[in-house]
Amino acid sequence: MSTQQVRTHAIDMSSVLRDRSSHNEQNETCIKVENLNLFYGTKQALHTINLEMPKKKVTAYIGPSGCGKSTLLRCINRMNDLVDSARIEGQILLDGENIYDKSVNVAALRRRVGMVFQKPNPFPKSIFENVAYGLRIQGINDKRILEETVETSLRGAALWDEMKDRLNDNALGMSGGQQQRLVIARAIAIEPEVLLLDEPASALDPISTLKIEELINELKEKYTIVIVTHNMQQAARVSDYTAFMYMGELIEMGTTSELFTNPVKKQTEDYITGRYG
Amino acid sequence: MIKLWFKSGSPWIWLNAAAVSVCMLMVVGVLGLVIVRGVGHFWPSQVVQFSYQEEGKQPQTIIGEKVDSSVMPALMAKSAGHKMADNEETLTQYLIKVGNRDVTGTDFRWIEKRNIKEHSEPLDLMVIERREWGNFYGRLVEVKEAGNTLASGAAAWSVLQTKLAEALTVYKQIAYLEKKEIGAINYGLERLRLKQKRLQLDKQWDEAAKQQIAAETAAYDVKYKEYQAQLATLYQQIRRCTLVAETESGTQVKIPLNKVVRAFQPNALSVLDKIAHYGVKVVEFLTEDPREANTEGGIFPAIFGTIMMVLMMSVIVTPFGVIAAVYLREYAKQGFVTRLIRIAVNNLAGVPSVVYGVFGLGFFVYILGGNIDQLFFPESLPAPVFGTPGLLWASITLALLTLPVVIVSTEEGLARIPSSIREGSLALGATKLETLWLTVLPMASPAMMTGLILAVARAAGEVAPLMLVGVVKLAPTLPLDGNFPFLHLDRKFMHLGFHIYDVGFQSPNVEAARPLVYATALLLVLVIVGLNLAAIIIRNNLREKYRALEG
Repeated sequence: MSTQQVRTHAIDMSSVLRDRSSHNEQNETCIKVENLNLFYGTKQALHTINLEMPKKKVTAYIGPSGCGKSTLLRCINRMNDLVDSARIEGQILLDGENIYDKSVNVAALRRRVGMVFQKPNPFPKSIFENVAYGLRIQGINDKRILEETVETSLRGAALWDEMKDRLNDNALGMSGGQQQRLVIARAIAIEPEVLLLDEPASALDPISTLKIEELINELKEKYTIVIVTHNMQQAARVSDYTAFMYMGELIEMGTTSELFTNPVKKQTEDYITGRYG
Repeated sequence: MIKLWFKSGSPWIWLNAAAVSVCMLMVVGVLGLVIVRGVGHFWPSQVVQFSYQEEGKQPQTIIGEKVDSSVMPALMAKSAGHKMADNEETLTQYLIKVGNRDVTGTDFRWIEKRNIKEHSEPLDLMVIERREWGNFYGRLVEVKEAGNTLASGAAAWSVLQTKLAEALTVYKQIAYLEKKEIGAINYGLERLRLKQKRLQLDKQWDEAAKQQIAAETAAYDVKYKEYQAQLATLYQQIRRCTLVAETESGTQVKIPLNKVVRAFQPNALSVLDKIAHYGVKVVEFLTEDPREANTEGGIFPAIFGTIMMVLMMSVIVTPFGVIAAVYLREYAKQGFVTRLIRIAVNNLAGVPSVVYGVFGLGFFVYILGGNIDQLFFPESLPAPVFGTPGLLWASITLALLTLPVVIVSTEEGLARIPSSIREGSLALGATKLETLWLTVLPMASPAMMTGLILAVARAAGEVAPLMLVGVVKLAPTLPLDGNFPFLHLDRKFMHLGFHIYDVGFQSPNVEAARPLVYATALLLVLVIVGLNLAAIIIRNNLREKYRALEG
């Protein structure tokens, strides 16, 4: 399939967002991406993305490697600001507010939009201090509040029972799966509205992956979750909505069940049936 | 065959191993030489009595320690002016430390083995370490107190030891009074003088100030008189006793006990006694001030000065270097200019240290120090306070010298921190500054310590720049003492490296100083190793704490 064809499909937004009206009736939109273009230097990585993510639902981005799904995810908490050569056009609205507006405080934005990365990245501190990190940054040093928050967050990340006696151990001594759940606990400790998960289970073994997936199911009660995944089964298992991306373009988005059982675009069908990607 | 052998890699492995072996040999050789020569110096060697007769001369007795020997081939000996018989193939000579510089004029003399008629080690031979004129070798005749003989002959030895112990106690009291108490008074008087001048300069020199200063001066005077009286009695006490001793040639010498550091009979010492004596000498070496143009006594001021300067330098260079590295790595735009700066910084590490010394003298001492004096110490002009070499300027100069290593290793440490950790912190709503302080800098701290270790290793061994900016042969006072403000950054100080140079090359008595050179060198190595070990232990603890993520 040629790139040209992909483009034509992508521009056909009406079909991409065919369920949009019905979603809006049931769900409030949390994040809205409007005409987003992203360039690394002269190379364009995202092409005119338009997308809406409903509140307290799990949205999954799927697509082959290098299709821009992680880049899109990192736009939502402005992590791409760290890349010197990145340039962004268009806007992303979080609760109706453009996060790329000049008046936006990036640190405050990131407190509202938590993120978990592909590889677990706990700080070389104790488990307690890892979870308390975000609070300490906000100037909260009250021991009682910290302890409470650490406990609720660790419970929220299904880690409390394993770790309650080891809170002062170095976080780097934990297993990979535990570390990833610790990082999730760290992210939810500051009570964000949105959780961005960038292939959170790709570096983990199957059992840990299962635990993370269960966790995602619990977390969506409270948070809007956006997850990037390589693994289509995972997207099918955990997400309510799925967006398929290819070569920096959004090809199709819909409820997960529809997208997987009845894709509109041929590319989507090819991808989910394993013909390429 | 040969080709196969080359292909197998064996020659390459042999070459590698040989290189490592040569390195090891050199390290072991340096340490071995320094340790053997330096450590042996304090061991009490036997004193030998030689019956010596040169051809056609009167027989004589020589008493002394055998220090060295040399064997010369006959031809060389002949050309050096020795008469050689035909059947003699070599000429063996001994270097004897005979001491008694006040009597004979020299400390050492060479004697020829063939002229030694007889040699023995009589138990009653005595070595006296004196505060002036070096060692005395000979026999004790009698001990006198205020002109009257207390004891003579065999009984004299034990009397001498008791009297000497008394004299040493008194001597310590005198030294304490003169250095600490009267030193403090002098310091106070000097400060009063400066205060007076300052008030005069500020046109506040009125009656009230005059009276106050006069009162304080009077208080000091009263104290001074008191100490003076105490000193007078002590001096009288210590000068009462004298010992009379006989040299090798039979001359009798009177030595007042206040000039004696210790007297011992090495031939009569048992091994245990010798070990005890050795310990005392080593402690003296480590804790006392030098005597006799640095060729005797201890080197405490030099140890103290070295450590002081290295610590000061560390305190200056670490924050400075770390801050510079953080800017270069974290904030500066990585472009041509940054690269240029980085290259320049790296090259600074290669500038010869004496150039830094010249810069320190020209800029820090004369320009900076001179202006500080003009601004803050007008009362002591024309005598300089900071406008002269001193501890502060030496530390700053060395900080400048070692700045590149701290910057480079800190930068490397910062670069090694995985970006995932930074992103993790930023994603939690931390600003760049918070991320830096809470996560990045602690994780980079082992690298900073590595930089500091390298800096300390380099700074502690430097001599050339220090000669220009603050180190002296003999500093009368330590840079840290009990007089306000306790840490005297403007003072000159002593340094082990310079001490080695001074003792080894500037000493009037080279033979006597040579073992001290080795001992001091050993100590310098130990001090550097100690400082480095401390830093390495701290670094390893930090490393354990901030172990970075694997992969």
